[in-house]
Amino acid sequence: MTQGFEADVHGWYGGAGSFGGRFMPEALIAALDELEVAWQKSMVDPTFVHEFEGLLQNYAGVPSMLYEAHRLSDHSGARILLKREDLNHTGAHKIRNVLGQALLTKRMGKTRVIAETGAGQHGVASATAAAYLGLDCTVYMGEVDTERQALNVARMQLLGAEVVSVKSGSRTLKDAINEALRDWVASVDHTAYLFGTAAGPHPFPSLVMSFVRGIGDEARRQCLELTGGLPDAIAACVGGGSNAIGLFAGFLEDPEVAIYGFEAGGDGVDTGRHAATIFAGSVGVLHGSRTYVLQDDDGQTVESHSISAGLDYPGVGPQHAALAASGRATYLPVTDTAAMDAMALLARTEGIIPAIESAHAIAGALEVAKERQGETILINLSGRGDKDMGTALDYFGLGTAGATTRETK
Amino acid sequence: MSTSVSVAYDKARADGRAALVGYLPAGFPTVEGGIDALTTMVDAGCDIIEIGLPYSDPVMDGPTIQAAAQQALDGGIRTTDVLRTVEAVAATGVPTLIMTYWNPVERYGVDRFAQDLYDAGGAGLITPDLTPDFAPEWITAADARDLDKVFLVAPSSTDERIAMTTAACRGFVYATAVMGVTGARDATSDLAGPLVARTKAAIEVSAPGLPVGVGLGVSNGAQAAEVASYADGVIVGSAFVRALLDHPGDADAGRRALTALTEDLARGVRA
Ligand SMILES: Cc1ncc(COP(=O)(O)O)c(C=O)c1O
Repeated sequence: MTQGFEADVHGWYGGAGSFGGRFMPEALIAALDELEVAWQKSMVDPTFVHEFEGLLQNYAGVPSMLYEAHRLSDHSGARILLKREDLNHTGAHKIRNVLGQALLTKRMGKTRVIAETGAGQHGVASATAAAYLGLDCTVYMGEVDTERQALNVARMQLLGAEVVSVKSGSRTLKDAINEALRDWVASVDHTAYLFGTAAGPHPFPSLVMSFVRGIGDEARRQCLELTGGLPDAIAACVGGGSNAIGLFAGFLEDPEVAIYGFEAGGDGVDTGRHAATIFAGSVGVLHGSRTYVLQDDDGQTVESHSISAGLDYPGVGPQHAALAASGRATYLPVTDTAAMDAMALLARTEGIIPAIESAHAIAGALEVAKERQGETILINLSGRGDKDMGTALDYFGLGTAGATTRETK
Repeated sequence: MSTSVSVAYDKARADGRAALVGYLPAGFPTVEGGIDALTTMVDAGCDIIEIGLPYSDPVMDGPTIQAAAQQALDGGIRTTDVLRTVEAVAATGVPTLIMTYWNPVERYGVDRFAQDLYDAGGAGLITPDLTPDFAPEWITAADARDLDKVFLVAPSSTDERIAMTTAACRGFVYATAVMGVTGARDATSDLAGPLVARTKAAIEVSAPGLPVGVGLGVSNGAQAAEVASYADGVIVGSAFVRALLDHPGDADAGRRALTALTEDLARGVRA
């Protein structure tokens, strides 16, 4: 497959000094170097590749199917294909990344993993991989997110992980990352940091892309088989950017395929309450890489807002910053309302309840479909909505069954 | 006029002792209160002052410094307030550095920041999340003005990286002698001695005479004395912050606590 989109040795995408890099405390550099070496060796080691692919197939249920959404297609006027990452074990694309990183952890001889999580999907995936591979696991999660994703907290605990509620800063994903990094500096000799998205310091963006790019490689093959051609456009939601870069990686060198990333528009970009980092942010350094950031005039990170915990992050992976800057991909915001409408629409047309994150991709793609009638649009359905039922219950006012039975005559 | 920290290190060395380096974030508890606290530390015996630039995502800081920085941010501190604090403290004649995470500098403009720091009389920067291999802009801007560039070494640093880092430093090398975030600790670190020895060996080759300052959560004179036995500078942060946090709303009591702590530490570096 296409290998053209790569970082240089310092982790820069789009040329030295542009996006990516490694802005990290010296204390963590040795661990990042160790990880980079272990990863590069493993990716060319047939034993590792075999083990990783075996786990993906036999444990995670990959390759996920490419599903033709006929009723949604009729509704939208475009031919809609869904990459069903929601059917993976643990319910999202995140398991791919985690299995790769957890196997690396074993190879490096470390016994404990830590992870940050927003929606809880990466935390659940990490706890799952840790249970399966016999590693200790601590997951950091913002206090706000532990409340809106309580079900996932319980899942992690049942899987044997310790969940730490983070009360600093905005008490969401960015603060969970801060706290995980603080743990890591003190525990780095025996602990690996399973980073949950394609962001952070080099080599994480590249490493994560290498583990999730199966999404795009499979989808490209499946689309060719199903339709006899490539899609006209592909779409994914963008939080930190892992599911999106996983999909995009398979199509970057097909210039005829238009690429769309959908960021969380929250209450609307003009309200200032959103997480549309590329669309409305500016270039800065956050969590180890230079990328787009939501920040004020002094470079203080501004709190992001989204109904979706997994997209509620004021940074984004440097690969997406580079793809936006080069014009290869287009990044657009989708509001909370549009995403929730799309969640309900997919549920009622296809009988599939998407994660609210993924619903952003559906909503954005439906907008794109208006200009692309009759074309094929392939959407990454990054996760399932089970974890979001609490939010849906409040938002749609669900959960109370009708009190009377219907008269029959 | 900007005074390099090397002036203070030379003086301490001539006295046959280590230098005492004191840290507080700017704007804590307020901008004026912070200036008052820092000048109190100067009056009571700090040889070098580090002023923290409060940042929303301080990944290297423990709860104590986080709490102080958050208080400064909640108070609406701006980068220009930090520079104003530098100006006030540097006016005492004590070399004054800013310790800052990288993004606020990048946002302000690296060259503009260097110029305004220079104009304020600041000695230079300590950059906890910027290593020399990712610092070409800062190195250029600092060298153009003879500002101090203080990069960090850690127990996990390889000898190659220590050599690269010490070669890029000006003023001193900051040895973080525990693996962990900032915060006062009861015990001194057994990682510190070996790290300082490795750093000194590298300095011998690349930058003879460059001092090594050690930060590991020192909070009293006895610990300061121990660190002073192998390091050129003893860096104290969380303990000063704690002294102020323990006296909320009582500036006089805070000042007395800072003075007492500084005097204890100053005796330590002379023991
Ligand atoms: C289902 C799902 N999709 C997307 C995301 C966003 O992350 P990323 O942008 O890294 O894919 C999350 C994060 O938790 C998620 O759970």
